Amino acid sequence: MAKSITVDSLDIYYGDFLAVEGVTMTIKARSVTAFIGPSGCGKSTFLRSLNRMHEVIPGARVEGKVMVDGQSLYDAAVDPVAVRRQIGMVFQRPNPFPTMSIYDNVLAGNRLNAKKMKRAEADDIVERSLKGANLWNEVKDRLNKPGMGLSGGQQQRLCIARAIAVEPQVLLMDEPCSALDPISTSAIEDLIHELKTEYTIVIVTHNMQQAARVSDETGFFNLKAAGQPGHLVEFNSTQKMFANPDNESTEAYISGRFG
Amino acid sequence: MATTVVADDTGRAKPRLGDTIFSRLALAAGIIILVALAGVFIFLTIEGAPGLVKPASFYGSASTFAGYVAPLLFGTVLAAIIALVVAVPLSWGIALVVSHYAPKRVATPIAYVIDLLAAVPSVVFGLWGITVLAPKLSPVYQWLEEHAGWVPFFAGPASTTGRTILTAGLVLAIMIIPIITAISREVFSQTPRLHEEAALALGATRWEMLRLAVFPYARSGMVSAVMLGLGRALGETMAVAMVLSAGGGISFNLISNTNPASIASNIASNYREGTPGKIQVLIATGLVLFLVTFLVNFAARWVVTRNERKLAR
Repeated sequence: MAKSITVDSLDIYYGDFLAVEGVTMTIKARSVTAFIGPSGCGKSTFLRSLNRMHEVIPGARVEGKVMVDGQSLYDAAVDPVAVRRQIGMVFQRPNPFPTMSIYDNVLAGNRLNAKKMKRAEADDIVERSLKGANLWNEVKDRLNKPGMGLSGGQQQRLCIARAIAVEPQVLLMDEPCSALDPISTSAIEDLIHELKTEYTIVIVTHNMQQAARVSDETGFFNLKAAGQPGHLVEFNSTQKMFANPDNESTEAYISGRFG
Repeated sequence: MATTVVADDTGRAKPRLGDTIFSRLALAAGIIILVALAGVFIFLTIEGAPGLVKPASFYGSASTFAGYVAPLLFGTVLAAIIALVVAVPLSWGIALVVSHYAPKRVATPIAYVIDLLAAVPSVVFGLWGITVLAPKLSPVYQWLEEHAGWVPFFAGPASTTGRTILTAGLVLAIMIIPIITAISREVFSQTPRLHEEAALALGATRWEMLRLAVFPYARSGMVSAVMLGLGRALGETMAVAMVLSAGGGISFNLISNTNPASIASNIASNYREGTPGKIQVLIATGLVLFLVTFLVNFAARWVVTRNERKLAR
């Protein structure tokens, strides 16, 4: 069920403003792909264009091709709602639905997809998803408590459980650990390792050690110059990116000599 | 150590002047509101109390205060309920269009026009109701009597002038739409982007996103908006006094000539020619209206907080 994504010369706009220019890459199935780069270089914008979340901002649009297993994402016949049901997303700050219990939060996506669910089936999905997100043991006795009552790291894992409950083909993560402490971060990173056996994972991170730890392939985004659109500087296996990158500016950024 | 702590004799940190002034001002503002409310209540009680126990002749055909005020109270509540039934769905709909559906260049003028509607004086609404809306509705009432007469609300005989409690309720509805819309729009548009995106990223349609993220977040604000609208509908005087051809007791017949007046409109139409004794009776009805409005507000608050407690458990 995990799928690969092929992106071909993708330009991403906010209205008339070209934010990201000419991205071409192939994201492998059942692997972790990380995007690194300075703030404002378009990594998150690019990530959001992979499940058509980019266009929820008024005036935002893309030009170019995104193919998921041969199916064009931006085809006129493709419903963005259907795309988002197959490509899950985890955000920078944990965002469980504040009025819902842990149980209902996990099932929120499934309840959109299917009209009626048997109780046993629902219980099953909740348990499987929470186990998948390494949260089951911490919350199994308080599933009916509100999701907002959890700690930040637990909330983020709840959001991951919510995303994987619908068994998406791809999981996008937009700086999922940037609001978390090191222990929660490490829990999420372990989780990413486990999830990649089943899902295609794309993660944006500001933390280069994190990219090095979790990802198989890494893309480095940068601005050509201040005020210019962001672009993909280099896309390579993580090992190569961190040991011996092809591009000088990649090396400068990774070794901290960026300026 | 470069830092010094300024302390007075009691050993506590010295409060800053600006903070003190602001906190006193805020406190004073809060107290003034309470005093004003208490003042209104005391006035109504002192002036109205004698009106509760007048000789039977003061209460017209009813002969007791309860019998006198009951139809008025009924008329007040009925007109307000009609207004809410019509205005609430419409207002929430408009608010959603403005906050979530329409593109900005359409939404802004719509919001502006709705706000303008709130600035129209109630006399103008009354005039419009009496000269335009009522005659236009009269044939509709005839039709309702003929085709839906088996529903108690439309039993008829239909009013030929159209100046019925239903017309009054519809005019009230138009008058309370702006306030309900304005507040709902405000709370809808304050929904955190993060929650909306959480719903959208799960593959929610726009309506599902509203249900998952916007309504739960906005619920208490939506109730507040309705309460403010209800408060205005209960207390509205001129429009109802002008539109409604009053005279009649408790009846659910919405389209006939025999309509109960509302408390406020009854005060407005009888105050001028009232004897001191009669005026005390009117003030007593005002006290009843005050208490009802108060109770309704408390009930709504209670419903909201109960819901929130249920969520917090």
